[in-house]
Amino acid sequence: MIRLLVGVVFGLSALVTTALAADPVEIGIGYLRRAGVKPTLSMVEQPAENDGVAGARLAIDDNNTTGKFLNQHFTLEEFRLKDGDDAAKAAAALADRNIAFIIADLPADSLLKAADALRGRGTVLFNAGAIDDRLREEDCRTNVIHVAPTRSMLADGLAQYLVWKQWKRWMLVVGSHDEDRLFAEALRRSATRFGAKIVQERVFDDTGGARRTDSGVTLIQRQMPVFTQQAPVYDILVAADESEVFASYLPYRTWDPRPVAGSAGLVPKSWDPAQDQWGAVQMQNRFLKLNSRRMTALDMQAWTAARMIGEAVSRVNSSDSKTVLDFLKGPDFSIAAFKGQRLTLRAWNLQLRQPILLVDGRMVVSVSPQEGFLHQVSELDTLGVDQPETKCKLH
Amino acid sequence: MWRHCLVSGIAVWLAGTLPAGAFIAYVSNEKSNTVSVIDTDKWAVIKTIKVGQRPRGIEFTKDGKFVLVAVGDDDTIQMIDTATQQVADTLPSGPDPELFIQDKAGKILYVANENDNTVTVIDIERRARVGEVQVGVEPEGMAISPDGRFLINTSETTNMAHFIDTAARQIVANVLVDARPRFAEFKRDGSELWVSSEIGGTVAIIDPVKHTVTTKITFNIPGMRKEAIQPVGISIVADGKTAFIALGPANRVAVVDAASHQVTKYLLVGQRVWHMAFTPDEKFLLVTNGVSNDVSVIDVAALKVVKTIQVGELPWGITIAKQ
Repeated sequence: MIRLLVGVVFGLSALVTTALAADPVEIGIGYLRRAGVKPTLSMVEQPAENDGVAGARLAIDDNNTTGKFLNQHFTLEEFRLKDGDDAAKAAAALADRNIAFIIADLPADSLLKAADALRGRGTVLFNAGAIDDRLREEDCRTNVIHVAPTRSMLADGLAQYLVWKQWKRWMLVVGSHDEDRLFAEALRRSATRFGAKIVQERVFDDTGGARRTDSGVTLIQRQMPVFTQQAPVYDILVAADESEVFASYLPYRTWDPRPVAGSAGLVPKSWDPAQDQWGAVQMQNRFLKLNSRRMTALDMQAWTAARMIGEAVSRVNSSDSKTVLDFLKGPDFSIAAFKGQRLTLRAWNLQLRQPILLVDGRMVVSVSPQEGFLHQVSELDTLGVDQPETKCKLH
Repeated sequence: MWRHCLVSGIAVWLAGTLPAGAFIAYVSNEKSNTVSVIDTDKWAVIKTIKVGQRPRGIEFTKDGKFVLVAVGDDDTIQMIDTATQQVADTLPSGPDPELFIQDKAGKILYVANENDNTVTVIDIERRARVGEVQVGVEPEGMAISPDGRFLINTSETTNMAHFIDTAARQIVANVLVDARPRFAEFKRDGSELWVSSEIGGTVAIIDPVKHTVTTKITFNIPGMRKEAIQPVGISIVADGKTAFIALGPANRVAVVDAASHQVTKYLLVGQRVWHMAFTPDEKFLLVTNGVSNDVSVIDVAALKVVKTIQVGELPWGITIAKQ
């Protein structure tokens, strides 16, 4: 009761202060989501209907808690595409409503279309959902800030740990879809970079079929050992299966008793519900309270994007997108995101530097960059494509 | 290894020059759920007290009868009776207490509740919650102005120092600082408020009257990457001339000229240095090293690390008083 009373009294006094001050700075943030939800092999990993946007909603709450002291107010405009909808039109429609910042969870091609539709309009896109390196390289854009890590950052984060663990001989199993091949390419690059050796590659063809069947396990238990037999000597099986066709079937079923990493087993991610270091517990609890579920990597990427906007707005005390963007791109910007160190933007392609968590579905096993992987600018730049190798030309 | 040799070498030399008088230090061990009690005559742990889960903030009551320790995962503050050295009572702190501070008289306790965006106000004698103040996201650092009029709370995700009028229990000013402000400390004359920003890597010097940041202390350690420099604990000597700032995973304590705000020296301590406390005579500063599980002893006049004491797992907070 006392607690309630104090809350009311304080609430009233805040109201009075606000009323005396000027109108609050209003900041509308758009959230543009892809159609559909990707099916996963594991029921446990099936994304929730509000995957991603739930993180943005929490960040809006966090921004508004800060905003009430600064006379700033944040709102989220959610827009979910349907199959066949044009992302460019949807982005332009948000910009028409004077929304200067849009968090996007879109596939690479749609993201580029949206970015090009917004060119010259002052609206900035925050890529929270696409990990494609090309968006930060040959297809980079001045009006897109990348909060999601890239495939090469994820692969490097994993590779550093495997090399540190002295598991340097990899058997690479690649799915038959485009994004599987892209992840495999990133893993090959990482192996070369950090001194691992891919002793053999195999392709797992997607022959179609249902992910869940009533008698599936029996079949899988026969298939997976056979598929992995007669391999050369290797330390760890690394699977590239973003399409969720086979990787999760591999742990405990390989012909040789070997651990699995990549798309199953030890998985590189930007965030995990098990992450509890560096004050993350408070954040995980806030998320759980608001959304009644645990926080995924996509939730965290969206939270970080909305917090970056909130952080920049609080520093420049303006809702003008150019002022905010200049601050984000400038030397004074950094964001705290429960990763043990400040996160900053790579000026050459607007990618957010970030540690990569290595998780097994229950625990955070390690966090990369690993000790001993050094860099002249930031050890976070040992993850992913670095400035000297970049193909990105902004402007 | 080198550090160990050095420390044990000095320890031999020290055998004649110490002891520091009869002081006693209590150290909270975040991981082992214990409090280590250090006798500063012997520079050794003389007792380990079992406490609740995740002990962090720790402080003697003003009358010296109790040591208060925030056990965050048990959502309470435990009171260790200093006579029996056992947990004797608890205080209704609100969820996930981390750091707290007492008013000058030692009657009122202000607690930062990280999970709840609140500062809880507790009457220590009555063991009762008497109010709360809504603050920013993830309140953490707590300080009280020497005249007792203003309570300072820092909020880690809001990145502010909130000035709270202790009589009205209302926020009267908010000062934006760098990312993840974790600790606040006044100069004893009340002329400056220092706030450390762990992720921002700076310490803001705030004018407590104008409510503005007048300058920022930055740290530059050759060969150390910027991200590893994460200031947390701040201790300023009573005469206001020298300050010590714990730099977290940089494994160093910065010595700062508190008038010019320039760093004059970096002292190598243990791994992940968190919080610090002076002996009451201010001859020694004890600092907790979270990852190396020990406490470093700094000779304040000589500006040298003179001793390392092994404590429990992940030592975090420390408080010292006369025995």
